[in-house]
Amino acid sequence: MTVVEPRRRLPRMPDRLAAFGAVLLVLIVASALFAPWLAPYEENDPRPLDKLLEPSSSHWFGTDHVGRDILTQILYGGRTSLAIAAAVLAVSALVGVTLGVVAGYAGGWIRDVIMRITDIFLAFPALLLSLALAVVLQPSVTTVILAIAVTWWPWYARLSASVAASVSTRSYVDAARCLGVPAPVIVWRHVLPNSITPVLVQLSLDAGGVILTAAALSYLGLGAHEPTAEWGLMVQQGQALFTTNWWVVTFPGLAILVTAFAFNVLGEGLRSALDPRRTVIR
Amino acid sequence: MIGYLTRRLGQALLVVAGVVTLTFVIMRLVPGDPAVAYAGPKATPEQLAAASRQFGLDQPLHVQLWNYVRDLVTGDWGTSLRTRQPVREDLFTAFPASLELVGAALILAIVVGIPVGVLAARHKARLPDLGVRLGSMLAVSVPVFWLALTLQTVFASHLGWFPVAGEYDASLDTTSPLTLWTNITIVDALITGNWPIFTSTLDHLVLPALVVAAYPAGVIAQMTRAALIEESGQEHVRLERALGFGETTILTRFALRPALNPVLSLIALVFAYSLVNGFLVEAVFNWPGLGRYAFNAITSADTPGIAGVTLLVAVVYVLVNLVVDLLQGVIDPRVRTR
Repeated sequence: MTVVEPRRRLPRMPDRLAAFGAVLLVLIVASALFAPWLAPYEENDPRPLDKLLEPSSSHWFGTDHVGRDILTQILYGGRTSLAIAAAVLAVSALVGVTLGVVAGYAGGWIRDVIMRITDIFLAFPALLLSLALAVVLQPSVTTVILAIAVTWWPWYARLSASVAASVSTRSYVDAARCLGVPAPVIVWRHVLPNSITPVLVQLSLDAGGVILTAAALSYLGLGAHEPTAEWGLMVQQGQALFTTNWWVVTFPGLAILVTAFAFNVLGEGLRSALDPRRTVIR
Repeated sequence: MIGYLTRRLGQALLVVAGVVTLTFVIMRLVPGDPAVAYAGPKATPEQLAAASRQFGLDQPLHVQLWNYVRDLVTGDWGTSLRTRQPVREDLFTAFPASLELVGAALILAIVVGIPVGVLAARHKARLPDLGVRLGSMLAVSVPVFWLALTLQTVFASHLGWFPVAGEYDASLDTTSPLTLWTNITIVDALITGNWPIFTSTLDHLVLPALVVAAYPAGVIAQMTRAALIEESGQEHVRLERALGFGETTILTRFALRPALNPVLSLIALVFAYSLVNGFLVEAVFNWPGLGRYAFNAITSADTPGIAGVTLLVAVVYVLVNLVVDLLQGVIDPRVRTR
């Protein structure tokens, strides 16, 4: 057996990475919220004389094909991306958790029907169903939100159904039932509050994926469009100029990467900290 | 096992039926009359009515759905409004190219992801672990279309190391034409010993495959790491440690095999995801696969084409899930009672 010398170990890594993600995320959210004060220029302020300027001290990230400051557009674009992510997660959690908790509490054929419906929606890869829907509806931010939410809610339905099913076997639920508390009240007062933690963790894990999908849809021209500032749209508009003007695509793409990264790292950290396998059955 | 098999098969059939219905509904939501799209803007009312009859659009909805299902089952996936070819034939030529891309990417992802995951588990909570966790997190967070554009610009346009777009050098079709067996270019070139096309395809594959591989490589590395760390808390690892095996030997020789089980089912699931993620990459690299077909269908409002791609990918997804579940049922009998 080899003798292992006592090495200086770094403190527990997940916490460090997760903390880093949290700090990053606070910075991103703050910069989106305070965009009007932080941005060096006005939103959507094309200056034809300043077209495609290289990054410099007056334009940190350069300017785009119509002379807008890219840093400014990225800051405002963050509002779009974060708003889309928040809306998608709110809608899909609302629909998914409602159906899931009902399915988990009711059990029997109600559970079967709801779970088979979620199976059907899960069979469509998210991006593909979003694509098909985004084609049917008119391209807009609302379309993106709807299209992604349609593919996202089944995950929450599935998750909350399994949690709610195990919560429903608790003795306090039995007690409430014996006292004659009506089923909707039991679900609302007892099952729901005790099933929500894993969903919250999952929400933070999913935000990164939503931001990537939304950016992809806008990149394909199926989502946000002028004059809305959006990162995926900026990449699309810049791609023809990428070989000669590297900054027009590089910075908006980095913005997407950093934001998705922050959410993913934070979500991972939360998951391993809370360890759903233990928190599910307390 | 028979009971589990039939139950699971029935479930899969039910999902496919739902998928078909949902696709049908989405298609009917498309604004604009498919008959107009087919007959063209200058068609006379008689031509329009003829097109309408030809597609059965004058029938009530439930009859249309029934006809749609009947046609699908008999192998008639409709006629593309754009290529004017049967959609099934279009998919038949496009799907192998996508398979080629995703297959290459998954091989790459496995070859990189598993060893990297082992490395992270071996040096848990030290620098290599931090590096792997950071790297895999970046790999799953990167927007594919942006990574594709960046690699294309840097390594193809500027440095000229790789071709910019396409599946292989089109001029080779005349100098050394390819005999088709499987429709997967690289496999056919290998079987028939067509080296010019084989090397050209390989050259064209590198960049798009790297981009598609990023996500699965990241997920596989994370999963391998997590599974190994969990496995090394098992009793048998304590025994092996007591017997004097080194940590690396324990991980690679004893812990890796049981830990690979969840990793394998993850790979199957990530396959379907990569197929669709690859669509964006195909668009950037002009790869002649399903993605390019889907985008052309989208821009020309070719509803049968879009429906065909949606159905095909959904069915592939259901099949992959079914195979994974059945295999797990074989390996782990506890799954069957669920």
